Amino acid sequence: MTLLLLIGLWKTSGPSQAKFGWKFLVSTDWDPVAGNFGALPFIYGTVLTSVLALLISVPLGVSVAIFLSELAPPRLANACAFMVELLAAVPSVIYGLMAIFTVVPVLREYGEPFLKRHFGYLPFFQGPMLGIGFLAAALVLSIMTIPYIIAISRESLMAVPRDQREAALALGATHWESTSQVVVPYARLGIFGSVFLGLARALGETMAVTMVIGNDPSIHASLFASGYTIASVLANEFTEATGKLYQSSLVELGLVLFLITIIVNALARLLVIATSRKGTVHTA
Amino acid sequence: MTRLGYRKLVNMVMLTLTGVSTLVTVSVLFLILGYLVWNGGTSIDWNFLTKLPLPTGEVGGGMANAIVGSFMMIAIAAVIGLPIGFLGGVYLAEFGGKTFSFAVRYMADLLNGVPSIVIGVFAWTIVVVPMHQFSALAGGFALSMMLVPITLRSTEQFLGEVPRALREGALALGAPKWKVVATVVVPAATRGILTGMLLGIARIAGESAPLLFTALNNAFWATGITQPTASLPVMIYTHALAPYDDWHRQAWAAGLLLLGGVLATNVAARWILGRGNPA
Repeated sequence: MTLLLLIGLWKTSGPSQAKFGWKFLVSTDWDPVAGNFGALPFIYGTVLTSVLALLISVPLGVSVAIFLSELAPPRLANACAFMVELLAAVPSVIYGLMAIFTVVPVLREYGEPFLKRHFGYLPFFQGPMLGIGFLAAALVLSIMTIPYIIAISRESLMAVPRDQREAALALGATHWESTSQVVVPYARLGIFGSVFLGLARALGETMAVTMVIGNDPSIHASLFASGYTIASVLANEFTEATGKLYQSSLVELGLVLFLITIIVNALARLLVIATSRKGTVHTA
Repeated sequence: MTRLGYRKLVNMVMLTLTGVSTLVTVSVLFLILGYLVWNGGTSIDWNFLTKLPLPTGEVGGGMANAIVGSFMMIAIAAVIGLPIGFLGGVYLAEFGGKTFSFAVRYMADLLNGVPSIVIGVFAWTIVVVPMHQFSALAGGFALSMMLVPITLRSTEQFLGEVPRALREGALALGAPKWKVVATVVVPAATRGILTGMLLGIARIAGESAPLLFTALNNAFWATGITQPTASLPVMIYTHALAPYDDWHRQAWAAGLLLLGGVLATNVAARWILGRGNPA
């Protein structure tokens, strides 16, 4: 089925491949009227928002995983893990809804002026403060990826054999030292895996991002600026696309996104499998 | 400060930090719930559940067609996706060879990770284009593509947890393999499999990206499964982006309804599972 998907996308994007070749990936033009299509602004937006999101969600997610697997009493940990799972189940369009009516106004009124006042000399924090844009999209994505990072990191942390912890504690390490120097390194492959899975999620996320990113196919250094991601351009323009070339360009964008996420996912799964083999506990 | 004191301090600080992170993460859930109930609770009334959407400015419209449309597409997806996923899972767990199973499992995981919008594009190319029509069928097909890998993996996982002794007992009594699987192993894992299916359905119920250009949207009742059809998630999307306060309120109400449904299904699934294995 996966192969079928690949073949279908490849064939439908034929016209645009024939016309633009590899230049499709590096061109910054996106002009449906003149019939010029290039993917770079979308790839840029997709990668930028996802990486920013991970900068926030990885530290937060991993520390929650540590808390749940190492410190919290079992009952509390189970309750929290359940709530994290519910968080993962919230439909993405609802995150988008929340983002439009809460995150964006807060950023516009408080967050972005604050950043501009204190770090305005950096190129990332310049330009008009609209609320919508890369920063808002990254914030929403970070909240959406946290549950995945927590779930997988926690599994790998719990797969660390008990002896390892006890040995560290017996040598006189404090609880934190045993966690940071023994347990986390032991589970590091799985934690990396969880980061990649989170990344794949963030790359392909459509609805919430489309609702807050501003939808502007150009490249800006500033995080306040509007941008576009592959997934959101598909969502916005697909039904309106007229002409074979326009449509096949969009399908080729889909193909690019598909390949990126497949690679990231494949890496992530291999890492997770590698850890669970090493550990004693079988993880799904 | 002594060395030990310093180490203890670091210990305390870091442990507290992880605790605070947990608190922040969990509070996001309650924030979302609270905000939805606060904003959407007042907008859900009888009209909302039973009327069609009205042009902006007129009071009293609802989203009945989207609610029905959502159920319709979930049903289509379930009819296509659940049997394939279930049978595939049974095959993998009971009959498949080692290398082949691994390959299929890996593929299913990858398929599970494919962005939902790409699945939408795919469904568009193979259902919408040949039919020259956006339809509930295409939407249901797109959703079923997401449902298959979820069902397959959970079926396989729960079948794997059925004790070996149970199988061997049945085989020792002379039952052929298919009979062992159909009458002993699968019934033993029913609860888990049902849970997996419920969770899968809850997941696709909230998906909107694959529906945007397969089922499109519709302001009226769809007359059949080959017509463009409205669904709750897509309605929320269009209503939230529109500049009318009245529509925003409806979006909140629809959001509350959707989230309530999804979370209730999740809790129910876990409850079914929890009753079975008290561990």
